[in-house]
Amino acid sequence: MSDQTLFSIFFSALVVNNFTLALFLGLCPFMGVSARVETALRMGLANIFVLVLTALSAWFLNTYILETAPYLRIISFIIVIASLVQIVEMAIKKLSPTLFRQLGIYLPLITTNCAILGLAIFQTNRGYGFMQGLTFAVGAGLGLTLALVLMASIRESVEFSDVPGIAKGTGLVLIIAGTLSLAFMGFAGLL
Amino acid sequence: MKTTTAQQDFIRGIWKENPVLIQMLGLCPALAVTNSVANALAMSGATFFVLSCSSVLISTCKRFIPHEVRISAYILVIATFVTLADMLLQAYAPVQHKELGAFIALIVVNCMILGRQESFSAKNSVFRSLLDAFGTGIGFTIALVMMGGFREILGTGSFLGYSLFGPNFEPWVIMVLPAGGFLTLGFILLAIGAIEQRRKNKTAGKAEQMAEASS
Repeated sequence: MSDQTLFSIFFSALVVNNFTLALFLGLCPFMGVSARVETALRMGLANIFVLVLTALSAWFLNTYILETAPYLRIISFIIVIASLVQIVEMAIKKLSPTLFRQLGIYLPLITTNCAILGLAIFQTNRGYGFMQGLTFAVGAGLGLTLALVLMASIRESVEFSDVPGIAKGTGLVLIIAGTLSLAFMGFAGLL
Repeated sequence: MKTTTAQQDFIRGIWKENPVLIQMLGLCPALAVTNSVANALAMSGATFFVLSCSSVLISTCKRFIPHEVRISAYILVIATFVTLADMLLQAYAPVQHKELGAFIALIVVNCMILGRQESFSAKNSVFRSLLDAFGTGIGFTIALVMMGGFREILGTGSFLGYSLFGPNFEPWVIMVLPAGGFLTLGFILLAIGAIEQRRKNKTAGKAEQMAEASS
């Protein structure tokens, strides 16, 4: 078991080792749905929800099932994540059709988001316990949301500025992301 | 896809539909592990292995996979080969395995691999799928090694560990940091955009000249 405090785990996942800007996890939604602040925020919230559920189930799998068969780790994690997303999707559809419509396509897309599998694997490699895993998931989810919303607000203003023709598109987004990543390096001294 | 020849299947993935630089798939590994050429090579090798093996297996079994559960079946096949690649790397290249860490396991969620299975292997013969996987794998390798090369040469002044510029070179530390990854790929994309635009202008100019000459 790791002996980091909950506070340091939380802030490390939130800003210092931000999943998107420092570890490059979850770049697909970062590029894909960061054009509007509102959708970015929704995507972030859906991500937090699934991340927390994943952390719980990864902890369960690690403690009770995978101890005798560590080589099945990758396969079992991906199956659990895929079915988890399906179940969450069905549950939300039944319980709150409004929320389901708002999340739309973003919910099933979360399965192939590397941040989710990444979280499960980091949690295992670092030997986090139950509370530590949960804190890590909330911190990572908030960090993702923060990065998404920041990116979306920058892109909304970039839309109105006059950029050269070749820079319209992903190239510019990546350079903005690089600048944001540089800014986030300033948090490195925090811990 | 009866209209393409076997050669086109192979060539397409290398440049015209390069997975990283044109289609923007598999960005996570392309940015995360390219801080040195050696890491980039190890990552591309592992991805190449997983992609070719899953393409062959899936195109072989395509008749037995029910349409409704095909995505889960693909993911399972891919995850199995990733586990294999993980163990092979751990046995034969322990240094690289340690450097790449969790990103080996994350090959499972590389959208490029799943994308090739869904859009190509599920509909084509085993041989064609293997060619397609080779082409895509080589395209991925080119992109990764290019990124790794830029970042290692500028960030540490060396290539594959050999010093290039002598002791007086001041390394651009930012290039090996996460921000350098974003910036490198961003500038490569800008360069590709510029080349494409130039080519388009040239062909447009030629067409105009032809039109003038004929009139």
